[in-house]
Amino acid sequence: MSGAILSISRLSAVSDRDQAPILHEVALTVERGETRGLVGESGAGKSTIGKAILGILPRAVRVTSGEVLFQGEDLLKMPAERRRRLVGEQIALIPQDPMTALNPGRRIEGQLTDGLRLWRGLDARGARKIALKLLDEVHIRDPERVLRSFPHQLSGGMRQRVLIAAAFALDPKLIVADEPTTALDVTVQKQILRLIRNLQSAHGTSVIFVTHDLGVVAQICDSVTLLFSGRVVEEGRTGDLLQRPQHPYTRALLDACPRYDRPDVGLKPIPEDLIARLRSEAAA
Amino acid sequence: MSEELLLARDIEVAFGGKRRWLGRSSQPVRALHGVTISVRRSETVGIVGESGSGKTTLGRALLRLVDVASGSIAFAGQDITRLSEGRMRPLRRRMQLIFQDPMASLNPRHVIRRIIVEPMLFHGVAKNHADAESKARAIFTRFSLPHMCLDRYPHELSGGQRQRIGIARVALLAPDFVLADEIVSGLDVSTQALALNLLKDLSRDLGLAMAFISHDLSVIRAICDRVYVLRSGRVVEEGACADIFAGPKHEYTRALIDAIPLPRIDPDWLRRTTAADVAA
Amino acid sequence: MVDAIAGAAPSRHGFAALQACLRDPKVAAGGCFILFLLVLALGAPWMAPKDPLEQDILLGATPPFWQAGAEPGHWLGTDDLGRDALSRVIYGSRVALTVAFVASSLAAALGAVLGLLAGWYRGVVDATISRLVEIWMAFPPVLLSILLVAVIGAGVGSVIAAIAIIDWTRFCRVVRAETINQAGADYVTAARAIGFSRLRILTQEIFPNVFPVLIALVSLEMGIAVIVEAILSFVGLSVSSDTPTWGAMIAQGRQLMHQGWWILAAPLMMLFLTVLAFNLLGEGLRRALDPVMRR
Repeated sequence: MSGAILSISRLSAVSDRDQAPILHEVALTVERGETRGLVGESGAGKSTIGKAILGILPRAVRVTSGEVLFQGEDLLKMPAERRRRLVGEQIALIPQDPMTALNPGRRIEGQLTDGLRLWRGLDARGARKIALKLLDEVHIRDPERVLRSFPHQLSGGMRQRVLIAAAFALDPKLIVADEPTTALDVTVQKQILRLIRNLQSAHGTSVIFVTHDLGVVAQICDSVTLLFSGRVVEEGRTGDLLQRPQHPYTRALLDACPRYDRPDVGLKPIPEDLIARLRSEAAA
Repeated sequence: MSEELLLARDIEVAFGGKRRWLGRSSQPVRALHGVTISVRRSETVGIVGESGSGKTTLGRALLRLVDVASGSIAFAGQDITRLSEGRMRPLRRRMQLIFQDPMASLNPRHVIRRIIVEPMLFHGVAKNHADAESKARAIFTRFSLPHMCLDRYPHELSGGQRQRIGIARVALLAPDFVLADEIVSGLDVSTQALALNLLKDLSRDLGLAMAFISHDLSVIRAICDRVYVLRSGRVVEEGACADIFAGPKHEYTRALIDAIPLPRIDPDWLRRTTAADVAA
Repeated sequence: MVDAIAGAAPSRHGFAALQACLRDPKVAAGGCFILFLLVLALGAPWMAPKDPLEQDILLGATPPFWQAGAEPGHWLGTDDLGRDALSRVIYGSRVALTVAFVASSLAAALGAVLGLLAGWYRGVVDATISRLVEIWMAFPPVLLSILLVAVIGAGVGSVIAAIAIIDWTRFCRVVRAETINQAGADYVTAARAIGFSRLRILTQEIFPNVFPVLIALVSLEMGIAVIVEAILSFVGLSVSSDTPTWGAMIAQGRQLMHQGWWILAAPLMMLFLTVLAFNLLGEGLRRALDPVMRR
């Protein structure tokens, strides 16, 4: 597909222990410069897809079929060394928990410059200059101090900014953002979302945004893929999905979200027969 | 107009500040500064704030699980501010707490039956084990919890089941006041809807006075009558939900409301900032 | 979403817990060996082929049955005084196990009680107990045990006392730390909100969650107790020189290594296997008794 930076087709995966299906025939595409939301409740498989792209699936999960085409090449069938290089340089991760994603025993400077020194061959001085520029891009006011700091000396929002800076350090073509704002206060979340969106358009990066929050999707994703139990239930442009949802599950999910602007709407539990129907469809 | 069941006036809570044997005394950290809050019967009051706002501390203080340095707390007309633990005990049945993380709030080494039944017997809500068992089964049925759960350990159940058990444990004591501390944070939207609807029904049936702590204003809007907005241990704004959301007076409240992403297309949302925004 | 019950069978107390214990390979291996030792120790008078104290100089230093020159009836050979090595090893297990069980239980009981109180009540109680532990741990343990034995006099009792008096601090620190850890959990707050008394919360809510850590430590301690006893009898500070202990046999065997390696090897092997068994048992027990980890 022209213009698509990432194209996943018929991706299936099972748990190695009991052969339980984790993903089933998942298909999704991300165009250049696009932000695609990957939405689902817990257990839907959205994180698994992100990990499959990055090549960091847990040992217990086995891909049984499908392909993950990044710029036309299948990541799954690539030799390990080439994949490591490609993913290291061109695909980045913004992880979920800023508290645990940083090594508590290392200063920020080291962690921020790891990728630069490994894949760009920069020396400490050169990498440091770029690190300062990155911290500036993510609007950290005292970058010198932050570089010298340990993670526990920074706030949650600051840590997430550092992680975002690290993600954009090598100017990747694709970023997998795995629920990057779930652990943050709502005002901080807005700042971080704004930051990601601005950086993304400045660098022309494509983003896969994994989240369970339909509100976040509405505000920063161009397109959405909705998952249930490892299957794609519906996908399309964000506006279409929100305003004219086709699948009953999509509609039910929207009805369950509380909204402060429409107190009469929301908090409607998803009907059990719908869940049962979806489950039996999945088992078939 | 029903009178206030719980009234806390100007309470201050501070942590730390102990004198050490060999060294200077450490400065106490003030978690709450002069907070006044009231809850009436059959009313649900929201306490909203971000991390560090003191909302959890406020909840614990209202239940006398944390000592207040100054101020007063009255429950059903009785001053409980400095009541001894022994005198508090009979009152505890009437003021209960539902937790955010049911995995942490259910003793991992007790079977569910024990967790549910012990408090009932302790407070005399059930006459004996058989009575407690039948009451437990009744509420499990009502909450769509399989009776098999009673024989399980907490880690063997799903998050949604644990959450409902946490609510059931409290409901069985038929309290007058319930504090719900971030009980739906981190839950799926569908599980959240189930739990909140359960809570609303319960509150209505028992005529509960409820204080609902949350950082999620959309949830607060959906189930609370009044709301207190907390920031750095102080109440910055309070009032009826409808009023606050229609016209927030304090800039922090405005920032909080504005920061919530709604599931509708709003091209202006990202760009929009309020005076309280710190960075770009 | 409709919740499904986890497929695992319900975990009940008592019998099912025991079954789960026995299924764990570590518990099985360690437990079997300890059981075997118990049988040996209890049934020593019937199982030992000869009287361990009976000397026969003429049969001194004869090798085990698979070597040339072995004396029939002395399966593991004899020491230089003609005493049967196998019988002495079997009788030695009595001392080893007695010390292991009694000393660790005493140390654990004392340490755990103090640790629970310190960790739960904090304040003055904690300050006092913690200072006590710090001061106590400052004493060199070997010196202290020698001192104790010298004062009380040699014998199994003084060895047990020495180990218990020295090692309770180990339990106290760990139990205190775990108690403090558990005390911060929400389920404890839930118990307080229900109105349970502090003592009840400590014994009924917190202790069951501290117990697995304690069990692991107790079985490790049993291994340590066996070694300490062996060291003390090695230097002649344990029971009287007649009663066979593995430590004394090792001491003797060390001196007679050139005459007969078997005098050293048999008790050494038993010591090694016993400590290993206790360690395996302990780790397996901790895992098997822990409903959270049991999957």
